[in-house]
Amino acid sequence: MSEILEILSENARATPAEIATLLGLSEEDVAREIKDLEDSGVIKKYITLINWEKLEGSYVFAVIELKVSLQRKTGYDSVAERIARFSEVDSVRLISGDHDLQITVRGKSMKDVAFFVAEKIATLDGVQSTCTHFILKSYKEHGVILTDRPKPKRLVVTP
Amino acid sequence: MRQHQKEIHAFNPESYVASTVKAMPPSGIRKFFDLVNEMEGAISLGVGEPDFVTPWHIREACIYSLESGMTSYTSNKGMPELRDRISEQMKREAGLEYDPVEEILITTGVSEAVDLAFRATLNPGDEVIVPEPCYVAYVPDIVLAGGVPVTVTTRLSDLFKVRPEEISRALTRRSKALILSYPNNPTGAIMSREDLEELADVVVENDLMVVSDEVYGKLTYSGRHVSFAQLEGMQDRTIVLNGLSKSHAMTGWRVGFALGNSALVSAMTKIHQYTMLCAPVMAQVAALEALQKGEDGMLAMKHEYDLRRRLFVSGLNRIGLDCFEPQGAFYAFPSVKETGLTSEAFAEQLLKKQKVAVVPGNVFGAGGEGFLRCSYATSREELIEALDRMETFLKGL
Repeated sequence: MSEILEILSENARATPAEIATLLGLSEEDVAREIKDLEDSGVIKKYITLINWEKLEGSYVFAVIELKVSLQRKTGYDSVAERIARFSEVDSVRLISGDHDLQITVRGKSMKDVAFFVAEKIATLDGVQSTCTHFILKSYKEHGVILTDRPKPKRLVVTP
Repeated sequence: MRQHQKEIHAFNPESYVASTVKAMPPSGIRKFFDLVNEMEGAISLGVGEPDFVTPWHIREACIYSLESGMTSYTSNKGMPELRDRISEQMKREAGLEYDPVEEILITTGVSEAVDLAFRATLNPGDEVIVPEPCYVAYVPDIVLAGGVPVTVTTRLSDLFKVRPEEISRALTRRSKALILSYPNNPTGAIMSREDLEELADVVVENDLMVVSDEVYGKLTYSGRHVSFAQLEGMQDRTIVLNGLSKSHAMTGWRVGFALGNSALVSAMTKIHQYTMLCAPVMAQVAALEALQKGEDGMLAMKHEYDLRRRLFVSGLNRIGLDCFEPQGAFYAFPSVKETGLTSEAFAEQLLKKQKVAVVPGNVFGAGGEGFLRCSYATSREELIEALDRMETFLKGL
């Protein structure tokens, strides 16, 4: 995998100049490769990882598992893509196991999310059942541990 | 009882300290340690250990062993499974055969192994050639073992590699051993196979034993680390010292290994069994896990050091502190000679004015004068901030 992607996946704000220094490449080469990655759709977007739990009354998140009946010709795609169009829906994934699709939904309140699922998702053609799990606390997101613990201290000067 | 009191002298503890210990200079690092410790907002590039915590799977393996009650002594030489694993790894990575029963000893950190190697081999007055700058323990360990350290200087013009001419110049009829420590603390220098081969001739001609401290071996950024024992005919002449402290971020566990001919390893084991008995069992369990499943985590840390190395070394050169490219360990060793300041004056002023702690090169021997040891085993953000502060400091000179 591209070392540039490794660095950007850790820090979307790393500039081509900074990445070039870290990898011992020229700034132009790095900028060109990033442009290629963007153009080819490997890099979709640069986003910020926010710990919403630090903000009182911000959002409520839920994971919803769906059983879906397979559609002729389109399989799961038509239902999944239909669900993905709702702005309330953060992610849509086809999964193995007891359920078929797993989606995450963001809302202002639990009631908000519950009504959205009941009205917009459960009623869709092809959706057989839904099972909603509200997220009560998040410990780790995108590889980052959210529960702050002080880093253990090293001795300040050692041989 | 009271009538005897007159004859009893006041006890003077000072006079009971052995003269070798009394003569030993205190560590040059101590002063900086105290200064930095009391300072708010200081950035320390003075730390000789990884800034990573030991990978979780290693810590977890140790916790599990404690839960299952593994709290007893192990055999003197260390857990057989661990020695087997080290033996396999040496075969796989270096093509060297070490018998796990006779030729491998698990020690309480490489520090203990260094001490054992000297105590097990030196007779009073035997000389050990010590290339400097180097880790601060070799000279005192040789002295404590009754030996005589004979230092030789490695130079920037040789990229801090040991040259055979320097060894030849230091030889006397009492020369018995040579200590090598590559990748090197404090310079970050490495020695390639060709570099080592040039030394092998002088080692054989003068029948020297080599103690090779290779604790930074895994942290080699260009090519693969070559052990002195890998050179033709050198395995029996060499005591290889290694450990997981630097490669797997396990400094506090205190676990190291010594590998060598059974006569030498048995001699070291004798001292080890009467002093340490065995390395801590928890650390041995953790080391086994690290060697079995820690490769990916180790490579990820090494990769991060490599990124920081480029960031920091290019930064030093940009702000005007000439620094050769270190190819191992996690230290940069820039020169401050252009500033006209001694290493110590530079380090002290930098700390007081800009709150960046580095270790003056002279701490690691005379050849280190005019250089600073800067550890880049610290976060990229801190390295960037430290470079900014160092630049400000240089402009104010």
